[in-house]
Amino acid sequence: MLFDTIAAISTPIGEGAIGIVRLSGPESFGIVDKIFKANVDKLDWEDRKLKYGHIYDGDHLIDEVMIVKMYAPRTYTREDIVEINCHGGAVPLREILRICLREGARLAERGEFTKRAFLNGRIDLAQAESIMDLINSKTNKGFDIAINQLEGHLSNKINMIRSELIKIMAEVEVSIDYPEEDIEEITYDALGSGLENAALQIQNLLKSSNTGKIIREGLKTVIIGKPNVGKSSLMNVLLKDSRAIVTDIPGTTRDVIEEFLSVDGIPIKLVDTAGIRETEDLVERLGVEKSKSYFNAADLVIFMLNGAEPLSPEDHMLMEKVKDKPAIVLINKSDLEQKIELESISDIFSNEQIIMTSMSNESGIQQLEDEIKRLVFGIQIDQGNQEIVSNTRHIALLEIALKHINEALNATKQSLPYDFIEVDVKEAIVQLGLVTGESVASDLMQTIFSQFCLGK
Amino acid sequence: MSMGYKAGDFGCIVVGAGHAGVEAALASARMGVKTLLLTISLDTIAFMPCNPSIGGPAKGHVVREIDALGGEMAKNIDKTLIQIRMLNTGKGPAVHALRAQADKFAYQNEMKSTLEKEPNITLKQAMVEKLIVENDVVKGIITRSGAEYYSETVVLTTGTYLRGRIIIGDLIYESGPNNQQPSINLSHNLKEIGLNLVRFKTGTPPRIHRESVDFSKMEIQPGDEVPRAFSFDTKEYRLDQIPCWLTYTNFHTHMIINSNLHRAPMFSGAIEGTGPRYCPSIEDKVVRFNDKPRHQIFLEPEGEFTEEMYVQGLSTSLPEDVQIEMLRTIPGMEKAEMMRPGYAIEYDVVVPTQLWPTLETKKIKNLFTAGQLNGTSGYEEAAGQGLMAGINAACRALGKDPVILDRSQAYIGVLIDDLVTKGTNEPYRLLTSRAEYRLLLRNDNADLRLREIGYKIGLIDENRYQAFLLKKNQIESEIERLKAYKVKPTSEVQEMLKSAGSSELNNGTDLATLLRRPEVTYDMIESLFPGLSEIDSAVKEQVEIEIKYAGYIEKQLLQVEKMKKVESKKIPEWVDYKTIHGLSLEAREKLSKIQPLNIGQASRISGVSPADISILLIYIEQGNKNMELNQHGKTE
Repeated sequence: MLFDTIAAISTPIGEGAIGIVRLSGPESFGIVDKIFKANVDKLDWEDRKLKYGHIYDGDHLIDEVMIVKMYAPRTYTREDIVEINCHGGAVPLREILRICLREGARLAERGEFTKRAFLNGRIDLAQAESIMDLINSKTNKGFDIAINQLEGHLSNKINMIRSELIKIMAEVEVSIDYPEEDIEEITYDALGSGLENAALQIQNLLKSSNTGKIIREGLKTVIIGKPNVGKSSLMNVLLKDSRAIVTDIPGTTRDVIEEFLSVDGIPIKLVDTAGIRETEDLVERLGVEKSKSYFNAADLVIFMLNGAEPLSPEDHMLMEKVKDKPAIVLINKSDLEQKIELESISDIFSNEQIIMTSMSNESGIQQLEDEIKRLVFGIQIDQGNQEIVSNTRHIALLEIALKHINEALNATKQSLPYDFIEVDVKEAIVQLGLVTGESVASDLMQTIFSQFCLGK
Repeated sequence: MSMGYKAGDFGCIVVGAGHAGVEAALASARMGVKTLLLTISLDTIAFMPCNPSIGGPAKGHVVREIDALGGEMAKNIDKTLIQIRMLNTGKGPAVHALRAQADKFAYQNEMKSTLEKEPNITLKQAMVEKLIVENDVVKGIITRSGAEYYSETVVLTTGTYLRGRIIIGDLIYESGPNNQQPSINLSHNLKEIGLNLVRFKTGTPPRIHRESVDFSKMEIQPGDEVPRAFSFDTKEYRLDQIPCWLTYTNFHTHMIINSNLHRAPMFSGAIEGTGPRYCPSIEDKVVRFNDKPRHQIFLEPEGEFTEEMYVQGLSTSLPEDVQIEMLRTIPGMEKAEMMRPGYAIEYDVVVPTQLWPTLETKKIKNLFTAGQLNGTSGYEEAAGQGLMAGINAACRALGKDPVILDRSQAYIGVLIDDLVTKGTNEPYRLLTSRAEYRLLLRNDNADLRLREIGYKIGLIDENRYQAFLLKKNQIESEIERLKAYKVKPTSEVQEMLKSAGSSELNNGTDLATLLRRPEVTYDMIESLFPGLSEIDSAVKEQVEIEIKYAGYIEKQLLQVEKMKKVESKKIPEWVDYKTIHGLSLEAREKLSKIQPLNIGQASRISGVSPADISILLIYIEQGNKNMELNQHGKTE
């Protein structure tokens, strides 16, 4: 609500070598102190001085950053502000934001930094109306709409977990508020197993929500095809198109080039492989092994064929490998005379999957991007996983809910009185309710009175 | 109405002398305001038309809060109880709750006598029929006999009397509770002056003759053996307590109910009012929970010198003959002699969202309403509201600032905030689960939360206040002592830990840390390391709770701090929700109706979204700046 600490990615995703995560509010210094380790000194922070170091998620290194703290009131919002300058790819920005939210910041609403600047008397009257419009504006972007549909599945799932928790809590509450009624009190064992179940489900949501992960971490996309089929050109065209930047991800070999780009907001982690074919050459084989593992882990395979040549035995071999993966087949060099046997390709792949492209005149790129979007939002990629947590805010809420459930579990194991355990259970329900927009009080009453027979 | 005559001038008039009315009148009078208390019958002051008992979870907490603030309910029940127990002792300290069985007749007499002795109270029997209202400000009241009383403030506490209607099977008649006269004209008058009324329903079970009961077929339920009391000031405890009795309904009871449902007003449509979900009638329970083989029945004595017993669990509006038949299927009641039948009662309720958090109506200035009239159920909820309405009416008459308790201070605060902010569509019962900060709103610390306020407004006298300060100091210094006292792993300490089932010490520590262990109690520590002076058990209890549960208490205090920030953002009076660009329609309508005092209250209204709150904040800020600009413009 009012005066809490907000955070947001303040630079457009995928548009620069650096990205900025910004926090504003009373907790912003405290949050950053928890996740930032300065490299050299532990001296006091100076106002408006950059400091070099690393952001950690627990023991896990997230990114190398420069941080500046700005002390209230001499800031844009007139609150304490921290700006974390990190690498500009989608992953570091989203990860850093996620950790900030988990540590207690709230994802800023549209225009909220400016809103605070206004509320705290920093900017003038004329801007008020436009901020109101900003807060009020409903976004029409296809991306958001698609996300919203996916989130529908998530809401259902979260509501299920939430109502399980409410049921458990109703049992606790009823024994507190109606101690003399003829109702069996819930045991610590039952309470514990109910909580464990909820924790497990939330963990699974956080872990396995595939599209969410795609949206958070990038769609793992592998380009394969014979040498000289146009893989590098495709990469360059896509990168130019999305104005994405090239980041060197530590651990990647020269044989596999990994890039980030974004297609209408969908971050894509693009891998150009060294080619997947059997080889006797030891040096080349190292690259191939790596390629294979990338291929196996890929969310999407872009399979490139040369339209100007008949299919080679190697093409047939690759086709066999690709056919069971979510794949898009690009028949490249469509500007040249076509010699490829289209029938044998359409025997294996559907029409939507096959796209004619030419890297020299950049034709077919729009169709490719459209097909990627369709695959991501049409849930073609993984039919099994329909609950998608993509929204950073939701991830943060789920993480906080999980934290509270674990605390409640702890208290249960120590056999603390129910009214203490309930504090964290209630908080978890509140957090889950924030995802779906429901309040605890009325739902709890409803459950108590429909489940238990009470009376005078 | 008879010919009018001028009958007197007062600072405060309280209409109705039930549990809300008596608290309102006593508070107002004790704060120094000349108070008139009117009741339809002087013989039903503080009458308990339903359960002869007071307290329970949340309700008992309210009684303690009333006492901390300087109200009467706790003292009155302590003087007239015939049994008292602490409930929920197996659970945490926050939900420990006192419940007492009252001698309901003694309770009435005692309260009447207290009122009569109060010098600032004029107590009269009269039926109020009309409010005197000029330009939406209340000026006084007119009784059926034509007496016109003028007053700066009026507090209405009419309970279930407004257009009351009793229903027993197909027998339906206009009546207040227990066949008292209903108040018809006042209800019409309230509508005329612009208040919105709705219809609620509640009910009560039959009463039976003690001599007709075979207690050998029931389970005895005695009171606690430890002395207990509701009031922080009670020093004398009743120990020879009278038991209650437990029995159950069975298949035969349910069969009789099921085969008579066509005669049940609950299902035939004869009852139009909304009943409470949490205390349904037996016919409701049997229908809704038809898989339950039995329902619990408590037999509670109505008093020490009466043979009448209250059949808790059997609230009903079934026809009289069905009630008798039903009673006689229950073990121990085979020969039960029914003395009064159970009944349902319908009555008019003031929609409570028409009230400010002071319980003053928004529509009519200086008019306050409290108790069951505001849609609650329960004596304790009524008394809590009555006390606050009385305090605020007196504050108004004395030109003082109002007293509003927030949700972190008291269950009374939760109750009133719920009523005026969310409203209620059924008789509202307070439950501990309605409170966000339950660990802070404990039975044991009501005085620490509220006595300061009671003293400040003049309801707690100097003696009681000094006793309170002493207790507070003792708690603080004892906590300090335990924190500072270092202990080494001596054989004594290890022995104590071992016998408590706790692990032995490796290094030295302090007593507070030791007490934080779940197995270690204050008494164990005190026996090894006694303090300088003898301290009261209530102090020990506080020390133990505050140290043991410090982590959780701090957690809640942090939440409270957050809430207070939002709560401190006031909504100015000039705000016109209808002109705020960007508010959702629902928010606009609800906000206009509720007129929240601050952003916190606004955000608790259902249908008001965080985006609406953002827009509201900007609008307020914009307006404030405009005003500043205008002022500067004038001076420049």
